[in-house]
Amino acid sequence: MSARVGRVAALALLAAVHLAALGAGFLAPYAPTAQNRTLPYAPPAPLRFVDAEGVFHLRPFVYAVTEQGSVTGAYAEDRRRAYPVRFLVPGAPYRFAGLPGHVHLFGVDEPARIFLLGADGFGRDQLSRLLHGAQISLFAGLMATVLSLGVGWLLGTVSGFYGRGVDAVIMRSAELFLALPWLYLLFAVRAMLPLSIPPARAFLLLVLVIGLVDWARPARLVRGVVLTARERSYVLAARGFGASDLYLIRRHISPQTAGLLLTQAALLVPQYILAEVTLSFLGLGVSEPVPSWGNMLADLQHYHVLASYWWMWAPGLALVPVILAYYALSEALSTR
Amino acid sequence: MGAVAGMQARGRGLLVVAVALSASTALAQGAPSSADLLRSEHEVGRAGGRLVFALRSEPKTLNPVTAVDIPSKDVIGRLTADLVHIDRQTQRTAPALAKSWRVSPDGRHYTLELRRGLRFSDGHPFDADDVVFSFQCYLDERNGSPQRDLLIVGGKPVVVRKLDAYRVAFDLEEPYAAAERLFDANAILPRHLLEKAQQEGRLPQAWGLGTPPAEMAGLGPFRLKSYVPGDRLVLERNPHYWKVDRAGRPLPYLDEIMFLLVPSEDAQVIRFKAGETDLISRLSAANFTVLARDQVAGRYRLEDLGPGLEYSFLFFNLNTLDAGKLAAVSRKQSWFSRTEFRQAVSAALDRQGMARLVYQGRGTPLATHVTPGNKLWMNGTLPPPARSLSGARDRLGRAGFSWKDGTLQDGAGEAVEFTIITNASNASRVQMASIIQDDLRELGLRVQVVPLENRALLDRVFHSHDYEAALMALTSEDVDPNSEMNVWISSGPTHLWHLGESRPATPWEDEIDGLMHRQLVTLDARERKRLYDRVQALVAENLPLIPLISPNVLVGAREGLGNFRPAILDPYVLWNADELFWLPSADRR
Repeated sequence: MSARVGRVAALALLAAVHLAALGAGFLAPYAPTAQNRTLPYAPPAPLRFVDAEGVFHLRPFVYAVTEQGSVTGAYAEDRRRAYPVRFLVPGAPYRFAGLPGHVHLFGVDEPARIFLLGADGFGRDQLSRLLHGAQISLFAGLMATVLSLGVGWLLGTVSGFYGRGVDAVIMRSAELFLALPWLYLLFAVRAMLPLSIPPARAFLLLVLVIGLVDWARPARLVRGVVLTARERSYVLAARGFGASDLYLIRRHISPQTAGLLLTQAALLVPQYILAEVTLSFLGLGVSEPVPSWGNMLADLQHYHVLASYWWMWAPGLALVPVILAYYALSEALSTR
Repeated sequence: MGAVAGMQARGRGLLVVAVALSASTALAQGAPSSADLLRSEHEVGRAGGRLVFALRSEPKTLNPVTAVDIPSKDVIGRLTADLVHIDRQTQRTAPALAKSWRVSPDGRHYTLELRRGLRFSDGHPFDADDVVFSFQCYLDERNGSPQRDLLIVGGKPVVVRKLDAYRVAFDLEEPYAAAERLFDANAILPRHLLEKAQQEGRLPQAWGLGTPPAEMAGLGPFRLKSYVPGDRLVLERNPHYWKVDRAGRPLPYLDEIMFLLVPSEDAQVIRFKAGETDLISRLSAANFTVLARDQVAGRYRLEDLGPGLEYSFLFFNLNTLDAGKLAAVSRKQSWFSRTEFRQAVSAALDRQGMARLVYQGRGTPLATHVTPGNKLWMNGTLPPPARSLSGARDRLGRAGFSWKDGTLQDGAGEAVEFTIITNASNASRVQMASIIQDDLRELGLRVQVVPLENRALLDRVFHSHDYEAALMALTSEDVDPNSEMNVWISSGPTHLWHLGESRPATPWEDEIDGLMHRQLVTLDARERKRLYDRVQALVAENLPLIPLISPNVLVGAREGLGNFRPAILDPYVLWNADELFWLPSADRR
């Protein structure tokens, strides 16, 4: 029973996170690249209900903040005016499912800003960046998983079904792929590509790289399943009746691998999300100013950011439940 | 930048006499009583103790003739001495191994009087032969010394002649405005140890890090004690050093300087904060802010020395390109080479924002390459840079650019976009590039920022020329304009935007060439200033480099370090290592 609850909770969490990423343009109050140069590293703004005079407001509000003195990092609230949170406000244009939009779920009047998760070094809203960054990070993980499993399934099936020379070639190259020092190879590949790559192409490249690098592991697993499946008596019987290879694979072999693929998918998605984070962290992924969780976390490489602004950890903190949920799902699938 | 040179050259044949110590001073430890020792005028300290300093990377060499990297220079500077030294605090020349010098009225002949009775750190006596030998090494083309260029005056190498055991003459082809400052970067080498290597042409390989300490000697306050590869380098007190304090006691005070290898700025900050190192320099403003919070509890003090000599800038690739190989870049050069285009880009930049966001307010927006840190030479009449998007649009409109759906396009209808490359390991520059990207977006220009590993960046800028725009910074080693010759002369090795020009490509480059050459041979300081002011005005007008920010020099030292007098000239904190000492209150080492 409790396992079932866990499974449902994991699924619900994942659904919510992915939906939030899809609707980032609407949910985020600001454009992810909009800079506020007077608000570098502005701390998260608390939502308030009680104003400076002690009066309670039903509608939450925030105060505007201004920097204190010439040194950044110290902010003071201006309590003379409250800025109530407004819903469905017009703002920066975005695209949702290909359609242009400019209405945001919530916002406050200018000149105040509602930075629920604070701002980064350029005064960009961390929440907006987190939501938009999720689009890249989560979907890079999903798409790379589809790619890697697709290639792995194809090669694993061919290898297991035909055996002999084909099997030897595919499995030896799989071993070669597993043994290569990928990170260094990726650095070398990046060095050969043109200097600047538009974000969309960088994203696809990232997906390709992550997906194609890691086909070997699923391929080996699929091959194992196929090897046992093709010796089953019903497969032999079908073959005896003259069934073609394609028919055998489609009808009898691939259904055997479906459970494996599903479990693998739940296991690989979080790994690939982390791979995106790692690659972007190292500057091999989507580049500034487009956010991804990886390049957002890259800021933490600097001691002063790590030590002074805890809200810059947000993408890291967001990763933890997402990854845990995927693992819970994978476990549930494998014990099913 | 490799450059040393002068300021306020008097050039009237003055005799400059140094403070020489009388022979009656009590002397200790090996220095002969007849030696001409230099007496320091600073606070009298306490002998003993050890100072720990972190180097960003391992020194490449300990050879003063070939060293170019900062860590090597930081170490070599403590091991060696020069004839005439630039006092890093007053920024003026002061006697060192030469106790006095005389300039001929035409400014072409220098006679230097050396201190007598001095010894190298291995006890071998020092005399004029060592000086002649040293300059022979620096001038020898086989050695490829970075100092060599500075010793070529009027197209001819400086002639160094021994007059007697303690007098040396330097003959210059032309008068040289800042000749005294030439001596600063040229450490005097021990002839008895290096002559063989020089004769056999092996000098560039001599004195690597693996050299046993016994085979090295210098005239600096310290000498090499030990070296652990990848970890540390320890210097010990040189008992034969030629300076004494006001009370006549021998310098240096410290027994040891330990250089730890700590590869990143952040790691250096953490170790300084933990009390593992005693001095820190080249701090970023962000880390300065973090450290400043725990200043009292951490028992260290930080100093903001104000603007230094470093200037950062954006520049476009104006090199003569092979249009076949770099067609895309060469097409864009039709924009980059328009002065109005560069002026528009400059006008669109929010330098105040950069100073705030990137340097936490510890930086100054620049109109030209001379920073406010260079008080003597900055052209004060140039207006500070102001952001004006409308001004930028006007200029672009006048230059034939137009806008379509908010995107800037050139006369042929091509959208204006380019890529800025910068050093990935320098967070400040990457941030500045991001701000520029955002600023120019408002002007309808699409800019990509590509942070590159430093060597890849330099390779593109200096060799392949495969880039569109770059964001870099340069630091003068000295305040004198001569230290900028390599950048502004059209044939200079650091003429970044257009390298290897056989003759000036534009009228204003031609004018700058003329002005820079004239200031070099002009002995009247006011006239030199006037010439250099004009250079700055031309740079501000034509913007071959679009100046951005000069960061403040930020340093820190552990509490209780006496005579700590950081300066805005390299090496900021260690330059007076011979006088540093631990106060009794600093009972840590």
